[in-house]
Amino acid sequence: MTDSSSSVGLVRAERAAFATPLPLASGSVLPAYELVFETYGTLNADASNAVLICHALSGHHHVAGRYAETDKAAGWWDNMVGPGKPIDTNRFFVVGVNNLGGCHGSTGPSSVNPDTGRPWGSTFPLVTVADWVCAQARLADRLGIECWAAVIGGSLGGMQALEWSIRYPDRVRHALLIASAPKLSAQNIAFNDVARQAILTDPEFHGGDFYAHGVLPRRGLRLARMLGHITYLSDDGMGEKFGRMLRSGEYKFGFDVEFEIESYLRYQGDKFSDRFDANTYLLMTKALDYFDPAAAYGGDLAAALAPARAEFLVASFTSDWRFSPARSRETVKALIAAGKRVSYAEIESAHGHDAFLMTDPPYVALMRAYLDRVAQEAGA
Amino acid sequence: MKPHTPLRADLALIAGWIAPGSRVLDLGCGRGELLAHLQAERRVTGYGVDFDVDNIVACVGGGVNAVQADLESGLAEFGDASFDVVVLSQTIQAMRHTEAILVEMLRVGREAIVSFPNFGYWRNRWQIVGGRMPVSDAMPYQWYDTPNIHWCMLGDFEALCAKNGISVLERVVMTGERRVSLWPNLMGSLAFYRVSRPGRAAGVQ
Repeated sequence: MTDSSSSVGLVRAERAAFATPLPLASGSVLPAYELVFETYGTLNADASNAVLICHALSGHHHVAGRYAETDKAAGWWDNMVGPGKPIDTNRFFVVGVNNLGGCHGSTGPSSVNPDTGRPWGSTFPLVTVADWVCAQARLADRLGIECWAAVIGGSLGGMQALEWSIRYPDRVRHALLIASAPKLSAQNIAFNDVARQAILTDPEFHGGDFYAHGVLPRRGLRLARMLGHITYLSDDGMGEKFGRMLRSGEYKFGFDVEFEIESYLRYQGDKFSDRFDANTYLLMTKALDYFDPAAAYGGDLAAALAPARAEFLVASFTSDWRFSPARSRETVKALIAAGKRVSYAEIESAHGHDAFLMTDPPYVALMRAYLDRVAQEAGA
Repeated sequence: MKPHTPLRADLALIAGWIAPGSRVLDLGCGRGELLAHLQAERRVTGYGVDFDVDNIVACVGGGVNAVQADLESGLAEFGDASFDVVVLSQTIQAMRHTEAILVEMLRVGREAIVSFPNFGYWRNRWQIVGGRMPVSDAMPYQWYDTPNIHWCMLGDFEALCAKNGISVLERVVMTGERRVSLWPNLMGSLAFYRVSRPGRAAGVQ
């Protein structure tokens, strides 16, 4: 799909250590932490061309390119980020960062707590979207970025972009909120809780301290991922891809894998449970549940958005029922009520919530058109 | 700034009705030509609304804020009295909820500008006399494939306004690029109205 000429090529992850304690929304304080990140492209002389990519639930800092020629897969947004791509690394200095509490290198539950010499596990504090944004702001300081040309995110990443625009109005010129929502609905929280229960009730979870037991709560994590995956696809998309196809062509009258969709979900679940940390999954879903910038304003999202100075692009996908277009329209309505500059597109797609990672042509055209203007403004 | 191509004559007329610095909502904004012009020439702020994602992309690329929405379901994204002017250019005749959109426009806007092809134009009448539904450059569709489902003439539109307590502040009728003042309902192919609710224009609710 992506030819190497438009790839950022070989990349490597960098690490930034922060010794200044980070006060968290929960009231606890993280005494010190590390963030792992990647950058692509070149920061221009006045540092006006920096773009931050905020990742979603299972994402990380490896946004584009490969670590080695032999890597099977490129970064998770390689179809959007690269030379000549909508987030054009010939023009922008692109930063991808693994959030606090993650399991891809930044300080999180699976990292070793220097005070105890053991993994944090159950003692790692819950972090919120606002906490992430504060940590990202410190990384921006470190990189010499006073103001982002754009902060971009899909799903949970879009919530971070929205939080940036409110918390640091002078540090964001454009916020791109894709397939996101200003807060989760009860249904969304319910899905998250079923996923959490799957993990929490796995006997191998050991209250979050499974590291010491040399086991992983694979079963729970696998179920959580299978459930999540169902909600990321649309009924139509799933039907088109799998329908009622049987692996062997006939019913076996048993509980082994028979339908292709079962095979697919189990494979996705297995793959995920091998590489993702259960505590990180719990923490990420809680960050999703807690996000609600309007709460401090009696539910008035427009009032919460009043301080924002960024211009906004909001995009949703017609078949996305986990973060439906109606949820994006809530954000748009509030932005309009607050008198902000905003554009909104509702992209026709069969890919459900996952569409934000796909390349439906109107979506790519929208991103390209918007970011071209962002680059022009940045003199890039 | 990029040099602008000259604005289409009908849009130029509408632009002339919009005071500098106004907050404008352009319904059925297409590729955003009117708002781009108003932003550059009259320091206007506002949003375009269009149903077609390709038009949203074009607006975004041209620096015009645009919101993808279906006008048939109203203007729920926009609050009461939040715009100085709401524009609906050559679209009302293609809408199912004609009366509803007119009322919505004056809910969110202090003033509304509506333009539409005048069905009473003599060339249309002449084609009807000849036994066929009118087809012209301004109305290039056959009866069976036209998106224009609510044709009207000047008097019809004015009656709809009167029914809803809406007053006509100004009316211009054009044919091509020329203004028509003699027998407008016969000689004019395109009608433009600037309307408001009594009291609204003066800023009174």
